[in-house]
Amino acid sequence: MTSLPQNPSRVKLGLVIDLDICVGCHACAVNCKEWNTSGKMAPLTDIDPYGGKPDGVWFNRIHTYEAVDEVAGTSRTVHFPRSCLHCDDAPCVTVCPTGASYKREEDGIVLINTDICIGCKLCSWACPYGAREYDEDEGVMKKCTLCVDKIYNENLPPESRVPACVSTCPAGARSFGDLGDPDSDVSKLVAARDGYALMPEQGTKPVNRYLPPRPKKVGDAVAPRLLEHHDDSNDGAGLLARWVDKVLSA
Amino acid sequence: MNANPFATVKENVDLSPEVADEVKNTTCYMCACRCGIRVHLKNGKVRYIEGNPDHPVNQGVLCGKGSAGIMQQYSPAKLKKPLLRTGERGSGEFKEIEWNEALELATKWLGDVRAKDPGKLAFFTGRDQSQSFTGWWATQYGAHNFAAHGGFCSVNMAAGGLYTLGGAFWEFGEPDWDLTKYFMLFGVAEDHDSNPIKIGLGKLKTRGEAKFVAVNPSRNGYNAIADEWVGVRPGTDGLFVFAIIHELLRAEKIDFASLARYSNAPWLVIDEPGKPDHGLFLRDAKGNPLVWDLHKKKAINAMGPDADAAPAFAGARTVKKRNVVPSFQHLAARYLSDEFSPDAVADTIGVPADTIRRIAAEIAHVAFEEEVVIEQPWVDAWGRKHDKMIGRPVSFHAMRGISAHSNGFHTCRALHILQALLGSVDVPGGWRYKAPFPKPIPPGVRPAGPAANPGEPLGGPPLGFIKSPDDLIVDEAGAPQRIDKAYSWEHPLSLHGMMHMVLHNAANADPYKVDVLFMYMANMAWNSSMNVPGTLDYFTAKDDNGDYKIPKIIYSDAFWSETVPYCDLILPDTTYLERWDCISMLDRPISSAHGAGDSIRQPILKPEGDVRPFQDVLIDLGHRLGLPGMTKDDGSATYPGGYVDYMANHERGAGSGIGPLAGWRGKDGTEQGRGAPNPDQIDRYIENGCFWTQHLSDEQLYFKPFNRSYLDHATAMGWIGHADPIVFQLYNEDLQKFRLAAQGHGDKQPPEAHRERIETYFDPLPIWYMPFEEAEVDTQQYPLHALSQRPMHMYHSWGSQNAWLRQITSANKLHMHVDTAAQFGIDDDDWVWIESRHGRVKGQVKLITGVNPQTVWTWNAIGKRKGAWNLSEDAPESNKGFLLNHIISEVLAPGKNGQRYSNSDPVTGQAAWFDLRVNITKCAPAEAGFTEPMFEAFPREPHADPIPPISRYGADLKGAPTGKKAEAKPWVGNRHENATNIAGLKDGKGNRTKGDAS
Repeated sequence: MTSLPQNPSRVKLGLVIDLDICVGCHACAVNCKEWNTSGKMAPLTDIDPYGGKPDGVWFNRIHTYEAVDEVAGTSRTVHFPRSCLHCDDAPCVTVCPTGASYKREEDGIVLINTDICIGCKLCSWACPYGAREYDEDEGVMKKCTLCVDKIYNENLPPESRVPACVSTCPAGARSFGDLGDPDSDVSKLVAARDGYALMPEQGTKPVNRYLPPRPKKVGDAVAPRLLEHHDDSNDGAGLLARWVDKVLSA
Repeated sequence: MNANPFATVKENVDLSPEVADEVKNTTCYMCACRCGIRVHLKNGKVRYIEGNPDHPVNQGVLCGKGSAGIMQQYSPAKLKKPLLRTGERGSGEFKEIEWNEALELATKWLGDVRAKDPGKLAFFTGRDQSQSFTGWWATQYGAHNFAAHGGFCSVNMAAGGLYTLGGAFWEFGEPDWDLTKYFMLFGVAEDHDSNPIKIGLGKLKTRGEAKFVAVNPSRNGYNAIADEWVGVRPGTDGLFVFAIIHELLRAEKIDFASLARYSNAPWLVIDEPGKPDHGLFLRDAKGNPLVWDLHKKKAINAMGPDADAAPAFAGARTVKKRNVVPSFQHLAARYLSDEFSPDAVADTIGVPADTIRRIAAEIAHVAFEEEVVIEQPWVDAWGRKHDKMIGRPVSFHAMRGISAHSNGFHTCRALHILQALLGSVDVPGGWRYKAPFPKPIPPGVRPAGPAANPGEPLGGPPLGFIKSPDDLIVDEAGAPQRIDKAYSWEHPLSLHGMMHMVLHNAANADPYKVDVLFMYMANMAWNSSMNVPGTLDYFTAKDDNGDYKIPKIIYSDAFWSETVPYCDLILPDTTYLERWDCISMLDRPISSAHGAGDSIRQPILKPEGDVRPFQDVLIDLGHRLGLPGMTKDDGSATYPGGYVDYMANHERGAGSGIGPLAGWRGKDGTEQGRGAPNPDQIDRYIENGCFWTQHLSDEQLYFKPFNRSYLDHATAMGWIGHADPIVFQLYNEDLQKFRLAAQGHGDKQPPEAHRERIETYFDPLPIWYMPFEEAEVDTQQYPLHALSQRPMHMYHSWGSQNAWLRQITSANKLHMHVDTAAQFGIDDDDWVWIESRHGRVKGQVKLITGVNPQTVWTWNAIGKRKGAWNLSEDAPESNKGFLLNHIISEVLAPGKNGQRYSNSDPVTGQAAWFDLRVNITKCAPAEAGFTEPMFEAFPREPHADPIPPISRYGADLKGAPTGKKAEAKPWVGNRHENATNIAGLKDGKGNRTKGDAS
């Protein structure tokens, strides 16, 4: 219903999220809310903020869960931040009946023009990633803007011109840049770390990339698995006797 | 032509809206981490808070708590005016009063006590970041009953380190994140050092060289990203460390050269059991300890320049007609014993012996085969030049998980000793001190006992370091003189006091009654106390006359917390954005291993209510009371400008040139550390982003305890009293002095009731014993360990009323291993009774696999009391959230003589939160769905704003368009570390690359 850009630029701004070092601290989610509640889609309304069912608009949510491999008998704990992936074939855009949901031609950021959003929620049904947030109070859909009002903002110092979730991440697990340019720093990072698109089978061509956990260093092959003992007595008497006259500090 | 009638309507996106009218720097206080923040203000409100990129603590990042500062600032739970209790304690009935009335009343109460018996004031300041000031205030008042919250937080960690290495983790030191190759994290969930640890782990893992091992019963948080998770059973970390030491000793993987130079391992210990100096170091006429030189075949001064040439590490000898052995002989004999072999301890720890052996081998390999060398000459304390800095790149960090057990002190010491044995203390790739540490072992300040006379100051600061029984604060009979029984024979090394015992002791007049209890920022009627139901009784207990046993309680808090309704006079505090504060080198500064630093908070906003910063109030009260230091001879106020006046002009000791802030001292602001007060000092701090840092020179960066240049610098700066080398005390003679006293030696004798306990736990070398509660209960009846920890988005914060953070967590569940749950017949989401020997609490279960199977755990301080924090009555916090505090007893089972000790470490008095043992049973169907015990709801704060049904915060702060557009630059997280591994990726930081113009 709404078209994707006819002549998209090659620039595809997006996020790279490193699952090897994300500790699940929620800094990205809260800093995002903090910036954006006065940002392009202000406010990020909170319903019943001090009550029984506090429920607000968040553009970024962190899920912590256990991935259990029953065959291998192993499990690991995963911290997984989830937000809009700014897909190339964004179904949330093409499904939109009013043109409110759109993808920017110049940088690929998927936005919502809340002035013409009718709150029909078709986009949230269409998004396979659950990345849309309905603001019940205003009756419109809201979502990650990739901090479009921050990354280009001349009123901020250069080091702040980056999505809030990225600059605030304490672990340095988030990167931002042009994933349409294979020579960009973020593309090099993705290539080096085998970054992947989330659920590519959905065919939406997400721009954002996730970096998988690095292989765990368990049982370092370089180190011996056992130290060679120099005494087999049960109280170490042999060693102590040997040390009596030995210059050990040399 | 676009044929689609619904073609995109081009939105004119405003890419460069105005953001702020003003940006101000200050220091965050959403937890204890002390990050630098930039606060963007618009229309007099907070538009955005971000990390200050120039700040040494957080380097631009900001965590979830700090990012939620806006909601703290605009919380409807904030107090608005001084309150005077009108109903019964706990009723929540108050009347609002004016500040003058409140201060006059407080002055009367405090003045009466001071005139009569200042020991009847108990002044405990909770989560206080101004302890060098509040402690000084207590000194001037004559209040020896002073402490903050360290006793129930992590004093084991501080004491274990300060009595071994002269430093410890967090404020005292940090891993060498950039160079370490093997990093072990013990018992940490989130941490005090919140952002620095996240930054460090991110760098370390991105660098890709290091292995990260997490030793923790739970695999959440940081532990999830470790290369290896070692899921130990709670309270057994000490055995794990001993087993590693056992393996290293057996393989002779010990840095003997380092021990010879920098530790007391070769010092000769008198070995004559029964003698009054048995177990003490043999000393020469000048008091120097001695070592046996194998070449010279005689004993020589251990502090001399040649002491490390050929010292004996083992062997009984006779020196000066005394039988002696090197202290290392004791250490080695103990840990070489089969008792501590991996096979012997594996079952107790819950970790396979092979895993322990492999980890020991890995540590040894990294320490001794993968040295880190920095081509940087340095000169040691004896004047010897070294042409490079050689490091053993193994590092550790530990915190509450090992600290909050009744065996925590010895475990913490064991961990520090392990570092020393590896030669990894303050070396490249190891663990490093932060200024003003290292300090002499222990630091030289002794705690002051009661004031000599009413109306006089204490003889010194109320908190300090004990070196022998002579330093205890006890009466002639050996009975405690402090209300919390700190520094008594019950807990001699309680360096941070024992705030967790104050209400219990005061209500029971044990050791005596107090007249006024004065507290700040400590939720003692809820999550900061063990045994909450009992503690509420202590607040409200009355004597036969119908008077409260604790007659008067003054409390300062910024919020309508669970504790406010239990107090009599409420002095409403400001938020952190409305106050002056200083994070001082006299207290716990913001230094890093690279150099010293301190910082300030400045008021960013005017308080909304009629509230005042607690520190300003204390200065005011100090003057009203006529306290020395706060009152001039003519009766006028010494600091009429309040706390900020004190920050700039106070000197610790007249004319010392040392004050609360170390930067820009001297009349012209050119001096650091020492210098006359500078009238423009605060302005200089503000100009610099509200912090000061001083980088150490390259030759001072490592080996600080014995680095001549560093020691001279630290002395000049006033961090240490003299520039003598600081020698690691593996074998601790001060502890032995207590044991000797218990064996009947010396004038200061423990009362009989405590004799055996002192002898047992004051071992000069670390010991392991079963945590007290585990030893006392029937472990069949209470088969599981129960732990609580705070989530990263709330650690150390007053966060549960925060509208954003509570959306992430508003009710806690009990995490339980799936296999254990199956044995107990429990399914996911079942409601269960969690029962200890002390009581039971009800909560809901969440099944997981990443937890030690004998352990259950939950998030702490999520559970709230109905009516508190201005949350509505149906809030999940008060209906589903629960506290384990309710079922932790603050005292142990009665001993042989009926004595009930505090449920704390016997050496330091650290609250043993994590010793809890429980049983879990599924509750009846009718009981499911809500927590119990359910305490009566408080009324809402009498003059609280209505609870808003909706928050549209920020709608009115959207900036006007400017039509401009700046360039968006790529940002790479851990850019520098990534650049070292990825060809072509530009080096730099974030979106700044090397070679950029700026």
